Amino acid sequence: MEKLLATDRNIDYLYPHVDVWGFPISSYLFLGGLAAGILLFAALYYLLGKEKDMPFTVKIGPLFAFPIIVLGLILLIFDLHHKLYVWQLFMTARAVSPMSWGAWTLVIVSIFSLLWPLSFIDSIDDYLVKRGWSNMTKVTEYLIKLEHKWLIPHFIIIMFRKYRKFFAFLMLLFSIVLGIYTGILLSAFNAHPLWNNPILGPLFLTSGVSTGSAFVMWLSENKKERLLMSAIDMSLIAIELFFIVHMFMGMEAGAEVYKQAADLFLGGEFTAVFWGVFVGMGLILPFILEAMELKGFHIPIVIPAILILAGGLLFRIIMVQAGQMSEYPMFP
Amino acid sequence: MAIDVNKCVGCGDCVVACQTENNVPLGYSRDWIMEFVKGDYPDLFLHFESQRCNHCDDTPCVRTCPTGASHVTEGGIVKVTHDECIGCGACIEACPYDARYFHPDGYVDKCTFCDHRVKDGLDPACVSVCPTECMHFGDLDDPESEISKLLKERENYTILPEAGTKPQIYYLK
Repeated sequence: MEKLLATDRNIDYLYPHVDVWGFPISSYLFLGGLAAGILLFAALYYLLGKEKDMPFTVKIGPLFAFPIIVLGLILLIFDLHHKLYVWQLFMTARAVSPMSWGAWTLVIVSIFSLLWPLSFIDSIDDYLVKRGWSNMTKVTEYLIKLEHKWLIPHFIIIMFRKYRKFFAFLMLLFSIVLGIYTGILLSAFNAHPLWNNPILGPLFLTSGVSTGSAFVMWLSENKKERLLMSAIDMSLIAIELFFIVHMFMGMEAGAEVYKQAADLFLGGEFTAVFWGVFVGMGLILPFILEAMELKGFHIPIVIPAILILAGGLLFRIIMVQAGQMSEYPMFP
Repeated sequence: MAIDVNKCVGCGDCVVACQTENNVPLGYSRDWIMEFVKGDYPDLFLHFESQRCNHCDDTPCVRTCPTGASHVTEGGIVKVTHDECIGCGACIEACPYDARYFHPDGYVDKCTFCDHRVKDGLDPACVSVCPTECMHFGDLDDPESEISKLLKERENYTILPEAGTKPQIYYLK
């Protein structure tokens, strides 16, 4: 049986397969995961009482989270087709829609990502000068100015400082929600069998946290901090590989459409880029480099860090693209 | 809605009627005709299906909509409130039938079963113009309606029931 034609259906983003979400969405998923990872480590190590030992993780890293989230939001809004109505997202909260969850989570997380560094503002300045990043003190100056102009009422910052443990706990929770949501967003679509698997949430969370640890390990100057992040990242990569294998095992054991979805990666057109570039160069190679670093070899940390960050972005580009190609066949 | 695939000749009148009735922008359509070749050579025959939104009972598009713009009306028709739609594309991704598209004005548009006609007791535009009268429209909840009787009498199928959406357009074999 062969499909001949579909009268008047020459809408290029519907045929031959749905192609509505592109680079802005995959980059946003990457940025969201990265911000979630950075904030997760900040909250976690603060709660563990490692504020002094890991100054970058707890205080400086989150300084980057806010611009990362804002960049993601700009990309998201850029991708909307009815942009002026974006406020409609916040007129309702729909429990069954992952995107509605995401919109609200992003608001909460971006507030945290602004308040967290502000509550540490004094020690951040010292750190930046010591680090030789004096230029970045302009950012903190700007934040202080913003605060003083009552755009962010001071009592909120004072309250945040006072109950920081409680807020750290909330931030930990919401960063996990944000990380998982980037995967759940895709897995909620049963029209796309590749996305429609429950492991995508944990997989995207792990990948996001891994990019977060790569970010910290790249920019921190503290040797101990870098080595710890490197070790954590190695275990995250191992978990990620485990999830990936399970994802394909699950699909291969599934119905026809799931097998076809898996085939895109097992012999299909994404095989080389997924296994060779993403798994090979974005997971296994940085894993080996990190292991060598821990064994005492001198490896410039920037190499594994960049590989993981680029791998994380590539992974999302592949998943968004391949997912849209995985569809139910429209034959009678 | 029920469509008799044996009577359908694939003329495309339903497509044009819909575009005219609903002022569908050029290059877009809310319904379309799929042509398939069935059988093995030399016993080949053409199979036509007039397709549109299936107004499913279990609507993935409504579920994924973040603003509630996509909704099911009381009679079971799936609609989009244009002023609430942000054009995120989630419902387009969610629909296994590709029944939705971005209107050039930005919002998502789709078949409404011509609810403006239906509420006056008329058939949807596509049904009313069909030259072979292969399409039937009515209330599936009413066991005495013409369409309910037809579906009891004739063998029928739905498209992609395996996608789990409980589609409400039935094709009579």
